[in-house]
Amino acid sequence: MSTVLAATDGLFPAPVLEYKELAPVLIVLGAATLGVLIEAFLPRTLRFRAQLVVTFGGLGLALAALFLAGEQNSILAEGAIAWDGPARFLQGLILVLAVVAFLLFTDRKIDPGRDAFAPRVSAVPGSPEEQVLTQKLIQQTEVYPLALFSLSGMLLFPASNDLLMMFVALEVLSLPLYLLAGMARRRRLLSQEAALKYFLLGAYSSAFFLFGAALIYGYANSLRFSVIAAATASGTSSEALLLAGIGLIAVGLLFKIGAAPFHEWTPDVYQGAPTVVTAFMAATTKVAAFGALVRIFYVAFGPVRDQWLPLMWVISALTMVVGVLFALTQQEIKRMLAYSSIAHAGFLLTGVVALSPKGVSAILFYLVTYGFATIGAFGVVMLVRDGAGEASHLSAWAGLGKRSPGVAALFSLFLLAMAGIPLTSGFPAKFAVFSAASASGASWLVLIGVLTSAVAGFFYVRVIVLMFFTDPQPGQTTTVAIPSLATALALAVCAGVTVVLGVFPQIGLEVADRASLFVR
Amino acid sequence: MNPMNYIYLSAALFAIGAFGVLFRRNAIVVFMCIELMLNAANLAFVVFARINGTLDGQVVAFFVMVVAAAEVVIGLAIIMAIFATRRSASIDEANLLRS
Repeated sequence: MSTVLAATDGLFPAPVLEYKELAPVLIVLGAATLGVLIEAFLPRTLRFRAQLVVTFGGLGLALAALFLAGEQNSILAEGAIAWDGPARFLQGLILVLAVVAFLLFTDRKIDPGRDAFAPRVSAVPGSPEEQVLTQKLIQQTEVYPLALFSLSGMLLFPASNDLLMMFVALEVLSLPLYLLAGMARRRRLLSQEAALKYFLLGAYSSAFFLFGAALIYGYANSLRFSVIAAATASGTSSEALLLAGIGLIAVGLLFKIGAAPFHEWTPDVYQGAPTVVTAFMAATTKVAAFGALVRIFYVAFGPVRDQWLPLMWVISALTMVVGVLFALTQQEIKRMLAYSSIAHAGFLLTGVVALSPKGVSAILFYLVTYGFATIGAFGVVMLVRDGAGEASHLSAWAGLGKRSPGVAALFSLFLLAMAGIPLTSGFPAKFAVFSAASASGASWLVLIGVLTSAVAGFFYVRVIVLMFFTDPQPGQTTTVAIPSLATALALAVCAGVTVVLGVFPQIGLEVADRASLFVR
Repeated sequence: MNPMNYIYLSAALFAIGAFGVLFRRNAIVVFMCIELMLNAANLAFVVFARINGTLDGQVVAFFVMVVAAAEVVIGLAIIMAIFATRRSASIDEANLLRS
């Protein structure tokens, strides 16, 4: 059988790349590569400073390139990348969140052993080797290039316009995060276990995504979202391939956003990973993955919405209920925040169910408020410590408001924002997604959302009551560390955004509204 | 031979991998099952490329091989670190994280 394959003219045409629009991603990738070279060639004493220059310089350049790139919607890189409102908005948001999270990475004052990362990850926990490294104050700086590589995947993920680019971006963003999760200086066994679980479950879910992509390719004979949409609209191929493909792709993406029933990894990884890494990935991964989820379901699978909307409805409701109910029972602050992030994934999914430009702009705005509140909350968790490291058990937070009213008030602000109390950024965000969903006729889902929000308010307020109105147990040794200037700046930015978007939400909503249309 | 049979084969391989992840207890074997799932997807891509007469699926297979190689490096590094600490690669013994 001699099937004539397309494009076998003997020559592959050179691809056209729009460097101006691709510059933010390329700059971040370049900075990450430079970071690897720094690790290889610079003496240990110079590496930290060099990495700071490269990391923040790269992020600054990438942000500048994003602002200078054209506002004209188009398809880049031979169809692989979309350049439209949501892509630009989310790339900007991810870059800013990354700057704030990397400020936390640089802290060298909170932990007496210097920073939050193990001096050498390959050293066995508790071994003489590790003790020597700790005494010498050896600092591991490979985290910066790893985080930058992950960041480049996050920038591509919400902008990818075909299934191959989406899969590669998914892996580029995930693989460095698996390693980063295992690098904590304190409680290393937990950290290694978090890395193992995150890796095995993450790889498992991306295999589902890939097989789904294969089925969709078989169905539509293309990986491009616009061609898939055209094929689903005409409906000439096998329906079974399409439905199985959509389902498998949904598993891969819902895993990344931490939606029930694919949320099991979230509390374990959020608890075990170094808190700075948790802050970084809780905020940016969710932003990137929601961008990708919304794009593929709106652009590629939009014509067959009747097939997947009911399922998305159920997953959204289930995620809200599971997140809130499990958060109620947690005694560990990072696990509680993890379940709260699962609940937020459910609230955000109501915006996906809305399936309208209003829903997209609501999701974009919600992601801004969620990202800053999350980084801020985990940033405060870093400060509250006892002898063994972070005081993660809730009982250690009792009476914190009496000794450190500033820190307790800051944490309360972030919790109130997550609860969606008016005058914090969480309120307009929740209002936006719920009103978009109810405008599209998903009133029952909105009802579930409002009820679960009310229950969620209970466990956020419980922590605030614990901090301000409960006496600490006798013999408690909780202290609040004095952070470095960079950490203080990061927390101030998070608090500022949370308050400003709470009082003047139209600033963010207008930008999100303008950015809500996908290019096809 | 009907090329769709290869699609059924790839679905079977994928299912073997997916159930293997759920039922095997050694991290290395679990990881091998995940690799099997990726290769099943590769087979499906290549067969669909043959059926449909386009090259895209074959190109995807190359990308997936590169990604799988990177995944092996990272996965084995994590499993090695765990093994050095606990002298065991069983995923049942990694059970410190729970509520």
